[in-house]
Amino acid sequence: MTDAAPAPAAEDIHDLRPPRNQWWDVWDQFKTHKGAMVGMIVFVSIILFVTVGPWLWSFDPGHIDIRSRNQGSSWTHPMGTDQLGRDILARMMYGGRVSVAVGMTAMLLGLLVGTLIGVLAGYFRALDAPLMRTTDLFLALPLLPLLLILVALFRDVLEGVFGQAMGVFVLIVVAIAITSWMQTARIVRGDVLALKEREFVLAARSIGTPSRRINTRHILPNVMSPIMVSATLGIASAIITESALSFLGLGFPPDFPTWGRILYDGRDWIEQYPARVVWPGVFISLTVLSVNYIGDGLRDALDPRIRGR
Amino acid sequence: MSNGRKKLVEVKNLKMHFPILGGLLRRQVGAVKAVDGVSFDIYEGETLGIVGESGCGKSTCGRAVLRLYDITEGSVTIDGRDISHLSQAQLRKLRPMMQMVFQDPQACLNPRMTVASIIAEPLEEHGKLTGKERLERVYELMDAVGLNRNFANRYPHAFSGGQRQRIGIARALALNPKFIVCDEPIAALDVSIQAQVVNLLEELQERFGLTYMFISHDLSMVKHIADRVAVMYLGKVVELAPRDALYQSPLHPYTEALLSAVPEPDPWLEEKVERIILTGDVPSPSNPPEGCNFCTRCPKVMEICHRIDPAFQEVAPGRFVACHLHDATRHNITTSAGSTGATTRSEHIQQGENA
Repeated sequence: MTDAAPAPAAEDIHDLRPPRNQWWDVWDQFKTHKGAMVGMIVFVSIILFVTVGPWLWSFDPGHIDIRSRNQGSSWTHPMGTDQLGRDILARMMYGGRVSVAVGMTAMLLGLLVGTLIGVLAGYFRALDAPLMRTTDLFLALPLLPLLLILVALFRDVLEGVFGQAMGVFVLIVVAIAITSWMQTARIVRGDVLALKEREFVLAARSIGTPSRRINTRHILPNVMSPIMVSATLGIASAIITESALSFLGLGFPPDFPTWGRILYDGRDWIEQYPARVVWPGVFISLTVLSVNYIGDGLRDALDPRIRGR
Repeated sequence: MSNGRKKLVEVKNLKMHFPILGGLLRRQVGAVKAVDGVSFDIYEGETLGIVGESGCGKSTCGRAVLRLYDITEGSVTIDGRDISHLSQAQLRKLRPMMQMVFQDPQACLNPRMTVASIIAEPLEEHGKLTGKERLERVYELMDAVGLNRNFANRYPHAFSGGQRQRIGIARALALNPKFIVCDEPIAALDVSIQAQVVNLLEELQERFGLTYMFISHDLSMVKHIADRVAVMYLGKVVELAPRDALYQSPLHPYTEALLSAVPEPDPWLEEKVERIILTGDVPSPSNPPEGCNFCTRCPKVMEICHRIDPAFQEVAPGRFVACHLHDATRHNITTSAGSTGATTRSEHIQQGENA
C-alpha cells in the first residue's frame, strides 16, 4: 500500500542515520561550485593579506622616506612607493583592514536593518505603510548632503566616545548602513508578502507556531536568496562609498590609509605611475568579485532544490 | 443515528466574512460572505464530509473551525471548550488537539526543511521531548503513514505528491490530535494515489480514534469515507444527512443536481443517467441573492424562495435541509414528535432565521 518502495536491507542500515546538520549539506554543495571555491580562496587570501600581512612586512605605512619616493616595483618595495616615499604594500595591507572591515560591517548592518524592516513590513500589515513610507523617504534623500550633515554633527561626539580612528569607523559604517538598507528592505518585503500567504505558513499557524518563529523558521530561510544577492552587492558599494567619503575628506584622516584613499591619492599621478591606481583598484575589484561568487555559491547551496544536482 | 455519542465539535451559526476595502480611504465597502451562518456537530470518531462546488466556502469553513481566521460571528466548541473568541496565544495550548491536513501537498511543506524537521515541528512547539526521543517519534510517525525511514533527511521536492501528502498527514498526527480537518487532501493527487491516501486516512482513524472533517468536491470519495455529509452552497449548509440517506434520496434540489453530476463508471448505465444541468453561475458571495441562496439556479424554485431564506431544519431524524420544499414535512415532525431532538432543533431554526 505504501508508495515508498522498500529499500534493500543493506542500504537500509547504511542510510539510516540521524538527520545531520543542514549546514553539512550546504557545505557539500558549496564545494561543488567552482566559482564559489575560487572566490572563497581569493577572499581568504585577501583577509590573510590584511590581517597577517603587516606582521610579516615590517614597513610602517606612515613612514615617510622622501628620498625613495615614486619608485616602481623592486624587492624592497614590491608595489613601489608613493609621492612621499611610503611603502605601498604596507599601505595596502593597513588600508585593506579598514576597507574590508568597513565593507563587511556596513553591509551586515545594512542587511540587518533592511531585512528587519522588510520582514516587519511584509508580515505585519499594520506596519507595512509606515515602514515602507519611511523607506521611500530614505530613498528620496540626497545621500551626499545627508552624509555631510551626519559627519558634521556626529564626528566629534563619536570621536570623543570611541577615540579617533574607532569614532570615524563607527560613523562611516553607520552612515553607509543607513543609506544602503532600503533596497534590501523592499526586496525582502515583496518576498515576505508572497511567502506569508503560502500554505506552509498557514500549516505552521495551525500547529500553533508563534509569529516570531514562523518568521525565523519559515519565512527568513526562504528569502535567503535575495538577501544573499544584496549582501554581496552591498559589500562592493560599501567599500566604494567609503572611498568616496575619504576622497571628500569626510572619512578617515588623510594620513590613515584605506584602499579608497590610496586610489584617490594615486589619481593625480595616474599618467606617470599607473601602478599606484591599479593596485588598490585590483584589490577592491577582487574583494567585490570574490564576495559575489561566494554569495552566488552560497545561494545555490542554501536551496535544497538545487542542492545535490 | 448518532444519538448517545459524544459531540466532539459543535459549530453554531458560524460566519466568516472577509471585508472588501475600497475607495480612497480604504474603508470597508462590503464583505465576502465566505461562510454565512453554518451549524453542524461532529460526533467523536466519525467523519463528516463537506462537499460543494469550488468557491462555496468549504475550505474557509474548515479553517474557521480551527480558528485559523478570526471568525465574524457564531461559536465553535471543540471537546467541550468554546474556542470561538480565544486569542491566538490561548489557542496555541489547544492546538495539539486539532490539526489540519492541507490541500496542496507541494505548497504546505516548507521547501527548505527536511522531512524530519517538518514532522518534528509540532513536537518542538508543544512537546518536551529531547532530541533523541523526538527523532524516535518522527520515525514512528513515518512508519505510521507508510514512509520509509530513510527519507527523513530528504527535502519535500524529492517526493511524489502522494508521499508529500503522507508527510503532511504525519505532521498532523504528531501531537496525537482528536480532530483533524482534511482540507481536500486528495484533490491535488493522481487518482491511483487518492485511494492510497484515503485508505491511509481511514486506517489511521481506526487506529488512533480520530475524528475527521473531510472537505472535498469529490462526491464518490466522500461517499467512501464519510459517515455523514454536509452539502454547502454559497457559504451555507443546504443539506446535512447520514451518507446513505443523502446519496439515495437527496432532499435539496442542489444536492440532487450535484449527485446527478457524479460520473457513472458503467457505460451502459451511464447512458441512462439523467443529469440535472444547472444554468447560470454561482452568485457572488459578496452579494448573495435575497431569500434562498440557491433561488437563482434552482430548477424547483418557488415564489417564496425569492423572499424568505429557508431555515436549516431537521425534516427526518438526523436529516437537515434548508429548503422551502420541505417546510411541510417539518411541521409534521414537530407536531408528531415531542422528542428531545425536536427542542434542540428549534434552536437551529431560530438561528437560521436570524441569519
